[in-house]
Amino acid sequence: MRAFWKMLVIETKLSIRDMNMVIFAVIMPIIVLIILGIIYKNNPAYEGANYTFIEQSFGALCSIAICAGGLMGLPIVISEYRERKILKRFQVTPISPLMILIVHLCIYALYAAVSVATLWLLASVFWGFQMKGSIVIFIAGWVLVLISTLSIGMLVGGVAKNTKSASIIASLLYFPMLIFSGATLPYEVMPSTMQKIVTVFPFTQGVKILKATTLGLPLQNMTVYVIITMVVAILCVATAVKFFEWE
Amino acid sequence: MNEIIKVEGLSKAYHGKQVLKDFHMSIEKGKVFGILGANGAGKSTSIECILGTRQKDSGRVFIMGKNPKKNRKTLFQKVGVQFQDSNYQREIRVDEICEETTALYDDTENWRQLLQKFGIKDKEKSMVKDLSGGERQRLFVILSLIGKPEVVFLDEITTGLDARARRDVWEILKNMKQSGLTIVMTSHFMDEIEALCDTVLILKKGETIFCGTVLEAKIKSGYEKLEDAYLFFSEDGREDIENESILENVGN
Repeated sequence: MRAFWKMLVIETKLSIRDMNMVIFAVIMPIIVLIILGIIYKNNPAYEGANYTFIEQSFGALCSIAICAGGLMGLPIVISEYRERKILKRFQVTPISPLMILIVHLCIYALYAAVSVATLWLLASVFWGFQMKGSIVIFIAGWVLVLISTLSIGMLVGGVAKNTKSASIIASLLYFPMLIFSGATLPYEVMPSTMQKIVTVFPFTQGVKILKATTLGLPLQNMTVYVIITMVVAILCVATAVKFFEWE
Repeated sequence: MNEIIKVEGLSKAYHGKQVLKDFHMSIEKGKVFGILGANGAGKSTSIECILGTRQKDSGRVFIMGKNPKKNRKTLFQKVGVQFQDSNYQREIRVDEICEETTALYDDTENWRQLLQKFGIKDKEKSMVKDLSGGERQRLFVILSLIGKPEVVFLDEITTGLDARARRDVWEILKNMKQSGLTIVMTSHFMDEIEALCDTVLILKKGETIFCGTVLEAKIKSGYEKLEDAYLFFSEDGREDIENESILENVGN
């Protein structure tokens, strides 16, 4: 445990010093929130809606950091550590590959948590944001989205041949999910055909959970999604550890 | 029985090219073992196959009686390694890399004292990337020593260092030896091997062409200098175009 905490603290410092994730996971969602706030102010999401546009978008905003960390940050940092032979140095020490992966997973979970906290604070202070649904279910949903996304990132980082291929895979996962899953472009404004297409993204389901809990709407068919997410997460982590390459 | 490392019949080929052939070595506790050879002779490959970071094609390796691939986590508590091409996190500082490394081991040296001993105490708060080549090399030796190892592997530790820095590293290695540490090192510098090693193994294109003490090498070849002895062994009946590159390296 001592090794884990020490490593977590130091690697978190390094990650913050690098600034990439601070920008993509913390600052970017805030910018999107501010833009939405300027455009939609405290207006309801649509005429007669009992929640504001900001409240409708809150779940999606919270998922931007998860997406950035899990699909961009995590795979790229692990493959970079491999390519730059940093993992090779760790290979001749008593550390286990799982610990390296978990440390980085925690760092991106931290970014995502910081992002939720700042968004929540800013949205409540400036745009009267209120959590309509259960906070506990919101957190549970958030953890679920986090786990499913980070486990995919862990798999990509664990097995990608080099930084270049990790970046390509990361981009292929990151941009479509970020743009089309409802995380940045609100699901509601998409044409219905597009809504149908993006429904197949796993991330879209996660954003839906966050949105439903924020707005206090009933959750539908969640059991299937929860089971799928957990199975995907277990498979991804197991594969990442099993096929982990130090070099 | 003081044999701390035993390697039998180690072989390795990359893409059908044999880079290490029937490699044997045996090291007693507290001795310094040097693997000598030109660039591409198989020095790093031999070390990596011994440590299990490269998959060997055949052969058996025991470090402190254990198989390094199967007992990786326990063995590397007591084995320190400095790789020729190992690297560091881009934004990491000297104190951070030392602390992070310290956290990985059960029993550790005080890294601040090691920095002091190696003369880079004033660099504690510096970025690793801002260190000079010699300082960084010393830092990596320190990292390999943090876990209070019984054996250290040092791959081309003085390559790229200036004369002063090389001598400093030598002094450090001599002190380490005196404190009972077993050292396996690779080098293409004759003077270094002569100054530090109890046993020398000369590799040429993956084949062991000599293994014994420096004195034995001199007696067997009939030359007074290890450099001449090395040339004698490496050119002995094996004239080929690569000799030129070996000579260049020897001249370094």
